[in-house]
Amino acid sequence: MSSNEFILETEGIYKSYRMGATEVRVLKGVDLAVKRGEFVAIVGASGSGKSTLLHILGALDKPDKGIVRFQGRDLSMQSAGELNRYRNKMVGFIFQFYHLLDELDVLENICLPAMASKSVLAWLACRRWAKGRAGQLLAELGLLERANHKPYQLSGGERQRVAIGRALMNEPKLLLADEPTGNLDSATGNGILEVFEKLNKAGQTIIMVTHDERVARMAGRIITLADGKIRNPA
Amino acid sequence: MYKVILATRYLLKRRITYFAVLAVALCVFIVVVVMTVMTGLVNDFKDKNHSFAGDCVVGTESLVGFPYYEDFISSLAGRDFVEAVSPAIKSYALLTVRLRDLNIVNIGVEIVGIDPIAHSRATGFAETLYYRKGDVSRAFVPSYDPNLLGCVLGIDIVMERDSRSEYPYEASPAEIAFSISCFPLTAKGALAKAGAGLVNTQTFYYSDASHSGLARVDGSTVYLQFEQAQLLCGMAGPVKRISAIHIKFKPDVKLQDGCEKVTSLWQNFKRQTAGREQADLLDTVTVQSWKDHRRAFIAAMEKEQTMLIVMFGFVGITTVFIVFVVFYMIISHKTKDIGILKSVGASNADIVGLFSGFASLVGLLGACIGLLGGWAFLLKINRIESWLFEHFGFQLWNRTIFAIGDIPNRVDAGVLLAIAASAIAACLLGALVPTWQAAASKPVETLRAAQL
Repeated sequence: MSSNEFILETEGIYKSYRMGATEVRVLKGVDLAVKRGEFVAIVGASGSGKSTLLHILGALDKPDKGIVRFQGRDLSMQSAGELNRYRNKMVGFIFQFYHLLDELDVLENICLPAMASKSVLAWLACRRWAKGRAGQLLAELGLLERANHKPYQLSGGERQRVAIGRALMNEPKLLLADEPTGNLDSATGNGILEVFEKLNKAGQTIIMVTHDERVARMAGRIITLADGKIRNPA
Repeated sequence: MYKVILATRYLLKRRITYFAVLAVALCVFIVVVVMTVMTGLVNDFKDKNHSFAGDCVVGTESLVGFPYYEDFISSLAGRDFVEAVSPAIKSYALLTVRLRDLNIVNIGVEIVGIDPIAHSRATGFAETLYYRKGDVSRAFVPSYDPNLLGCVLGIDIVMERDSRSEYPYEASPAEIAFSISCFPLTAKGALAKAGAGLVNTQTFYYSDASHSGLARVDGSTVYLQFEQAQLLCGMAGPVKRISAIHIKFKPDVKLQDGCEKVTSLWQNFKRQTAGREQADLLDTVTVQSWKDHRRAFIAAMEKEQTMLIVMFGFVGITTVFIVFVVFYMIISHKTKDIGILKSVGASNADIVGLFSGFASLVGLLGACIGLLGGWAFLLKINRIESWLFEHFGFQLWNRTIFAIGDIPNRVDAGVLLAIAASAIAACLLGALVPTWQAAASKPVETLRAAQL
């Protein structure tokens, strides 16, 4: 299945959790391949393991069994430092609850991935570039006038756009979105989806988890996760 | 960079952090004040003992004394490390005074026979005098009759301090006669006047008072002219004896080096003197630095200081615990942040760095506030105590009893730095466990917990 056209591949991903005395098997052998520039929506019922799969793809979690390959490299073979760099440079996360840092303003939140990968001196050296990049993202996302606002001063849609800006800061090859519109009203959610569509048209690879079929239809391909497996494999 | 920004924001924006800062500041304040006062008392006490004894003392505890001191003093005099040398007679005596109301007061005293000029060069004797401070050569000359034999009395023998720790000196010393009686001893340690009244008695007149600041010295010491004391103690025979030689080293000579040189000279001197009459008395002589010579008195104070440091070690443990609790609470509320940071590539070390930096800031700010508060309080501590005494009759210690005047408030930069460093270390220690827990947490779990 491995080929250069696939940016991300998984083979036989298994994951289970322990809830008290019971072991809950969430993923039971997930095989998935995502091409560069593809917009994939993963749908499934609540508790079907969509978010778990997304976290594994983003190296926020580890599978019990199976392989995740990013650009042909097995993530399980990478060191902790390499996985940190993977999360920092290759992947951008967008969460349902935005997950912005309350203590930072909008501009700082967007700059966070750039700051995270640099020492104080390195940051000072590239600060101008980073702020320029963040400013460009703010402009694209229509948040320029909100740059110095704190997250609590923003609406839900604005917060999610800040989260998108943060995810795009380091120009990642893969955007992972976990129910990005799940906490937004329909109109605001549509605005976010329009941003995704625009990004995808510009060549951005996106994997989006959603339980909403209407949202999923915005993607180029829909994968359904049921009973821990992909029902309609690619 | 985000670590600096976030650590600063956590510090400024989280109200609970103020409690940690306050706890650290309070502990630092208490430690600074108590340590400064205690260290001041100990250092002051040491300085007074140093001034009293000189740098080095070659002496014996035996009341018989030791001979050939003049030879040894001559061998010391030309040495490049020796600044001054003073021989001294030390013994015990009965001091009798007949007061105007015809009551007779007898007290046991320690008599010290000295040459006031030589002794003032080797020790701080001149500085302890009141009337003859500027003319120490006349210390034993009563101003009311220069022909009389004078004596310098420990200040607490002749007067009592008032509640402000001040002695009621008169314009000139009162004309008071004292009889001083002591048992002269032979070189063998026998009573020299066996069968002839046993004691030597001589009348002396109050010429000055010595205030060394050492309660025991000021309450029981009478200084006499060297030759007079030698006669009284039976040490003025054909082979003259003394009790001690006080030595002051040149300013650039280290105490230990100087004492080692004196010890070496003394050993040589002993070898050269072996076989001479009464030379066996030299075996009782020791060479001691002023610290060792006054060890019995200093050790008690140092022990108190050590006890205090241990007690404040427990205060430090309390600070560590408070910081631990506060950080545990803060980090429990910051699990989402940890997940977010890890999702953008922060490593475990980065998380440790973030919260360690935060802990250091808490420690630094608390230490700065505590140090400033402590410094300001110490600056005014004597004024505050005076005000409390005037308005409420409160004093830290009764000045009519204790030999200490002002509350020591000289702040030692080294002590301050050590306290500040300890406060930061305590904060880091308190934050250690929560920080490691935060670093070890799985991002997925923290993000999931934040969603709930």
